[in-house]
Amino acid sequence: MQEGAVLEMRGICKYFPGVRALQDVDFTLREGEIHALMGENGAGKSTLIKVLTGVYPKDGGEVHIRGVEGAAVIRSPQDAQNAGISTVYQEITLCPNLTVAENMYIGRTKGAVTNWRRMNSGAGKILESLGIPASPRQQLGSCSIAVQQMVAIARAVDMECKVLILDEPTSSLDEQEVVKLFGLMRDLKAKGVGIIFVTHFLEQVYEVCDRITVLRDGQLVGEYVIEDLPRVQLVSKMLGKELDDMADIKGETGGVAISQEGAPVLEAQDLCSSAGIKPFDFSIRRGEVNGFTGLLGSGRSECVRAIFGADRVTGGHVKMDGQNVKIKKPLDAMKQGIGYLPEDRKGDGIVGDLSVRENIILAYQVMKGFFRPVSRAQAEAFADEYIKLLEIKTASSDTPIKSLSGGNQQKCILARWLLTDPTYLILDEPTRGIDIGTKIEIQKLVLKLASEGKSVTFISSEIDEMLRTCSRLIVMRDRKAVGELKGDDLTQTKIMATIAGGDEK
Amino acid sequence: MKMKKVLGLALAAALSLSLVACGGGGNNNGGASSGGNTSNPPAGGSSSSSSAQQPTGGGTGEPITVGIINNDPNESGYRTANDAAMRAMFTEANGYKATFYNNNDAAQQIAEAQQMIQNEVDFLLLSPASTTGWDTVLKDAQDAGTQVILFDRMLEADESMYVAAVVSDMPAEGVTAVNWLADQGLEEYNIVHIQGLMGTDAQVGRTGALDEKVAAEANWNYVTQQTASWDEETARTITQSVIDSGKSFNVIYAENNGMARGAVAALDANGITHGKDGDVIVMGFDSDTWAMEAVLNGSWNYMGLCNPLQAETVDRIIKDLAAGNAPSQKIIYTPEQGFDAATITQADVDTYGT
Amino acid sequence: MSAPVKNPETQVRRPDEPLFKRLTRQQLFIPVAALALLVLFNLIADPSFFAVSINQNSLGNPVLSGNMVSVLDNASELVILSIGMTLVTASSGGQDISVGATMAIAGSVILRMVCGGQVTADTMQTPLILAVLAGVLATMLCGAFNGTLVAYFKIQPMVATLIMYTAGRSIAAWINNNQLPIINDLGFKYAGTFLPGVPVPTPIFITVLVILAFWLILKFTTLGLYTQSVGINANSSRLNGLDPKLIKLLTYVILGVCVALAGFIRVSRSGSINYSRMAENIEMDAILAVALGGNALSGGKFNIYGSILGAYVIQFLTTTLYKYDVPSTALPAYKAVVVILLVVLSAPVVREKLASMKKAPAKAAKEVS
Repeated sequence: MQEGAVLEMRGICKYFPGVRALQDVDFTLREGEIHALMGENGAGKSTLIKVLTGVYPKDGGEVHIRGVEGAAVIRSPQDAQNAGISTVYQEITLCPNLTVAENMYIGRTKGAVTNWRRMNSGAGKILESLGIPASPRQQLGSCSIAVQQMVAIARAVDMECKVLILDEPTSSLDEQEVVKLFGLMRDLKAKGVGIIFVTHFLEQVYEVCDRITVLRDGQLVGEYVIEDLPRVQLVSKMLGKELDDMADIKGETGGVAISQEGAPVLEAQDLCSSAGIKPFDFSIRRGEVNGFTGLLGSGRSECVRAIFGADRVTGGHVKMDGQNVKIKKPLDAMKQGIGYLPEDRKGDGIVGDLSVRENIILAYQVMKGFFRPVSRAQAEAFADEYIKLLEIKTASSDTPIKSLSGGNQQKCILARWLLTDPTYLILDEPTRGIDIGTKIEIQKLVLKLASEGKSVTFISSEIDEMLRTCSRLIVMRDRKAVGELKGDDLTQTKIMATIAGGDEK
Repeated sequence: MKMKKVLGLALAAALSLSLVACGGGGNNNGGASSGGNTSNPPAGGSSSSSSAQQPTGGGTGEPITVGIINNDPNESGYRTANDAAMRAMFTEANGYKATFYNNNDAAQQIAEAQQMIQNEVDFLLLSPASTTGWDTVLKDAQDAGTQVILFDRMLEADESMYVAAVVSDMPAEGVTAVNWLADQGLEEYNIVHIQGLMGTDAQVGRTGALDEKVAAEANWNYVTQQTASWDEETARTITQSVIDSGKSFNVIYAENNGMARGAVAALDANGITHGKDGDVIVMGFDSDTWAMEAVLNGSWNYMGLCNPLQAETVDRIIKDLAAGNAPSQKIIYTPEQGFDAATITQADVDTYGT
Repeated sequence: MSAPVKNPETQVRRPDEPLFKRLTRQQLFIPVAALALLVLFNLIADPSFFAVSINQNSLGNPVLSGNMVSVLDNASELVILSIGMTLVTASSGGQDISVGATMAIAGSVILRMVCGGQVTADTMQTPLILAVLAGVLATMLCGAFNGTLVAYFKIQPMVATLIMYTAGRSIAAWINNNQLPIINDLGFKYAGTFLPGVPVPTPIFITVLVILAFWLILKFTTLGLYTQSVGINANSSRLNGLDPKLIKLLTYVILGVCVALAGFIRVSRSGSINYSRMAENIEMDAILAVALGGNALSGGKFNIYGSILGAYVIQFLTTTLYKYDVPSTALPAYKAVVVILLVVLSAPVVREKLASMKKAPAKAAKEVS
């Protein structure tokens, strides 16, 4: 092993039916460093992590861990944990129906008897030291996703690991929580823990990381010290093509689509739903792209869910093209030409075991009706068309959607709604957990749809993404619409100020 | 969401209760297969009204209180007839104040029996679902002065623990049937033996005699010996399977009428003649009218009568006891006999058919 | 999006897999293999098992008889039930354990109507079609009751249907006034035995018609897609405009129709009913058929043809065991062996082991060359 290394992976190979997920990948993690693992979706980051943690058996290569003689044998997550490797996955893998403390200690208590009091007080201390707003006795499922994520990290941290793997830990955290997490990561680094950080947020990489390893298409592109690799180069290495800048897309499409004129496509007044948002007004014009912004939990998703009828609508009026309409359930909205890509891709978006083809035609089929099934040939034609159009990476249209990478799953959901030819498309966090290339593609697509006369509501946690696409932003705070920004007001500072609360500033 | 769950459970509970109530109340014939239930006859002002109706046999002014524990009447046609007869006999008009309880679960029966003893019934009439586990009940009854009469089914206990047992003699039924079969004087007996639910009194008794005979005689053979667990359709399938396999046979010995009927369906489907002038002898048991008619019209050859109507005998014993006469024997067998297609009469059908 | 770029990854083909692995991947592998095994066993042990002959029945009609005819005939109820059970399993991720009890209800309703309330009737008192429709209606109501508990009150299917399982036979007893009615009208028995002049048992025709009907339903409606979608992810389905609760309810009602048809066949075989014994434990066979057909009992994707095949395999097994005089009390034990094999074979651990066993020699060969 190299001097100072805590983990070395050499020549790692992993095959799935039809896909070479990893081919001869090397990876070295040194003591007390934060090492970013970068790559597009499907580049093999998650696979590498899963091989390392024993979730998948590897088909070739060796893993060396400090303190273990020879090649380490890791056959299960338990083995990995014993070898000092702790993981926090992108998708929360804890048990929502257990308490926070139980989740932190599950599988770690020795013997048959559990000292509940000590467990709860121990968990309480850790949570407090990390500033996580959760009670040890609280049911995990009752916490927000962000807090659940932090509990997962707390669990990993508490296991005194040599190697801590954070797989997209920040994708559901808001800014303050990210700051807190970074503080925590630096503390751990100072204690000599090696941290593998998998993320899509470039800013975050440059904020905390020491080194970057880039993967592409299951192969190693290279390992770099952070100072030696400017952002632009990192992006081009990830994409495998030269790219001037991310701001590129503005040039291509001629800037933000602006449509301030014309009658609104959809108008909502005093809309509120069972999800507990305050009544809000909303409207969108033909060819307009607008968005909801605000911190996590501010109610931006709940607003669009109310528009689509995903939650039970408890009050308000909705007009489509000036006509009063009743939208009580998603099908009503779909019949009005509204499409909705939900925030929770796994839970609300994909139908995992069904094929890519069936997932793509689902909404179209439902609108067409129970007694008018889309023929197999037609369905295949639709699927192939969108697989090609959106460049969905899949072995075939028959592949179950769950075996695709996150970004490609998201593209399938997009295809599903594009197929229904909506006049108004709601995209809630379409870019979360997706590689940079796909993110840009999706943003471009939004602008293209707008230029074709469709209206789009776009929600993203990344404000610069919103700035690039939206011509009008509704700012949410505490489940209430607190402001609307457009034109010259659309700047990062102005948005932050509105989110934080104008009075204090 | 929680509210919905609670509502759902409440609805479910209410529905299942009402169903049980229907099963019990709708036809004056209690007993859901699972829950079991207790039903009292409409008691109109207990002592005053009942004193007006003198018990027919007894001399006291008070009605005799009886607790009757029986099996589920839905178990079989036999049980239905048995339960109906008990309910018809132990009425206020006949000088009884009766509490009925039906359940196939011995533990539930025991619990209810104890309750009845606490309520100080005069007589506990018991058709136990299992032969063991009744020691405490019998002891408690003795201490409380409750007299126990067993009907239809026996249990394992010393004879001193109960005053009488009115039961069917299943082994005797088997012997009668086998003797009848032997009298037919066939050259060779190739028997399709369809057994009842294994381990039950009726199955053990009716199988015993035949097993002995087949073991003893060289020209008596089993073509197949299978249990159909009292189920007609299973009996049909078993017989069909024997026919499909090309095995030849000339006797169907089915341990109840339903299964005999199933076997006959298979014979009919394959054009195999049966009955008085047929190739195959058909034998059944119990007391169903339709089965006796089948014997009468020669479609079947034999039905071993198993009389489910023990109520009369039990009534007589109670009235005798009330008059101070103990029964002459502890175990009283209900009169059983076999009906032959050659000798059965319409009068037999009218008398014994249920 | 920009001009479609030819993307090599979209053209990825599955590399050539060993034949064995490709076969085991097929959903119908298990039932077909089981069937083949049974056929092989019977061929070796006694080929006369497959003999079919034409006999005259007691009415003088020519009828086919033989073990294979019996298998096809006797499996009818199970096949029809397993179709409905597959749909229920797919949509709700659980099974209806009340089908035996509700079959007794259907049978009781039908018999009560044709007997006109009498204990024995020599002619039908009600037109058969009316009686059957009443039976269908009764079990559809039972299905709706089960489905409502499952879909709208979110009760576990096995728990929800436990109510009907427990109460069903009492309801049947109540319908029949605690009597065991008998109908002697030959016309009533056509559906369970033979039509005059037709040598093939009628239940076989009914089963074929039901299978055909479901083939048409699955082809000309979106029932299959909706059921699977709801079973896999009810949230997504709702956001795509489906009503998961209604679809779950629908599958239970459809199962109700299947139950009524099965109950009708069963009572027409004999023209009588013993509601406390009729079709006892058939729910377990129906669930086993679904599992044997390679369908996940946790719901989601399904293949009704797998379940149908599974049902025939179960009946084939039963008939084979009868032929070799295995006591029918021992049948459940044999089925248990099948269940164990099935569960073990479908366990991911074993599948992986099997796959790697077949892969290892291939790899070794490669390394040598």
